[in-house]
Amino acid sequence: MLQPYVPLLILIVFVVANAALILGVSHLFSTYRRTPTKVAAYESGIPVLGDARERFSIKFYLVAMLFIIFDIETVFMIPWAVAFRQLSEISGLLIVEMFVFIAVLGVGYVYIWKRGAFEWD
Amino acid sequence: MSGQTVFYILAGAAILSALLCIIQKNPIASVLWLISTMFALAGIYVLLQAQFIAAIQVLVYAGAIMVLFLFVIMLLNLGRDTGDLRGMPVRLAAVLVAGGLLGELVLLARVTPGSMALLRGTAVGAGTPMASFPAGQAGAAAPGAQGVVGAIAEPLFRTYLVPFEITSILLLAAVVGAVVLAKRKL
Repeated sequence: MLQPYVPLLILIVFVVANAALILGVSHLFSTYRRTPTKVAAYESGIPVLGDARERFSIKFYLVAMLFIIFDIETVFMIPWAVAFRQLSEISGLLIVEMFVFIAVLGVGYVYIWKRGAFEWD
Repeated sequence: MSGQTVFYILAGAAILSALLCIIQKNPIASVLWLISTMFALAGIYVLLQAQFIAAIQVLVYAGAIMVLFLFVIMLLNLGRDTGDLRGMPVRLAAVLVAGGLLGELVLLARVTPGSMALLRGTAVGAGTPMASFPAGQAGAAAPGAQGVVGAIAEPLFRTYLVPFEITSILLLAAVVGAVVLAKRKL
C-alpha cells in the first residue's frame, strides 16, 4: 500500500541529509571569531536601524487574509478540474456550477479592487 | 515497513511537535513546531487514503494559515517577556478545558465503529490504524475507478451542490469582512 511513497521517503531523507551535511560540514570546518559586526543582524549591507520585534502594520495581515481566501477558492477548483472528464455526463452542470462559484468570488474581487485594498497607502 | 509502523512514527511526530509547540517560550518557534505537526497529520491523511486532504493540509494549513499566525504574532508584537498568565483562575480554566477534551476523547474512542471493530477484532484490517477511523475504511473502498480526488469531486459537485455554492458566499463574506476590518479608510 505504501509502495508508491518510497520515492517520497527517499526525497525526504535526501533533503534532511543534505541540510544536515551542509550545516554540519560548515560547522566542522569553520572558525568562530565573534566581532560586533559579525553578530549584527544582516540588513542588506546597511547599518541596522532598530529591533526587528516591532509591531507590523495591519496591511500585511490584509494581504495574507485575501491570499488565503483565494487560496481556498483554488482548493475547490482542483477536484473540479481533476474530475471533469470522469463526470462527463453532468459536464454542463459542472461548468455552470463553477462559473457561479467564480462569479460570486469575482464580486468580492471587484469589491476589494474598488475599495483599494490592493493599494499600499 | 508496514502501514502501522508508519502510522505510529507519524503520530509520535505529531504529538511530539505539538508538545514542543506549546512549551516554547518564543512564539515564532511555536509556529514552526505547529507546521511540523501539520505535516505529520498530512502524512496520517495519506495513510488513510485521503491524499487530497493531505495536500490541502500542507497547502492551506501549513502554508496559508500559518502565515496568518505569523502575522498575528508580529501584529501583537509579543516580545520576549510577556507577563506570566499562570494565575489561579487561568490554571483552573486550563484544567477544566483539558479535562473536558480528554473526556470527550475517551467517549469518542468508545463509540466509533472503528474502535468497536478494533476491540472485537472482527472487521477486515482490525488492529490497523485504518480500522480506528471509519472514514479511512470508506476512503479505502472509494477510490479506484474515480481516483482519490474524483471520490471527493463526485459528491461535492453533485450531492452537495448547494452547500458548495454557499461556500463561495461564505468566502465572499470573508473577503468583505477582511477589507472592512483591516482597511483604515474605505
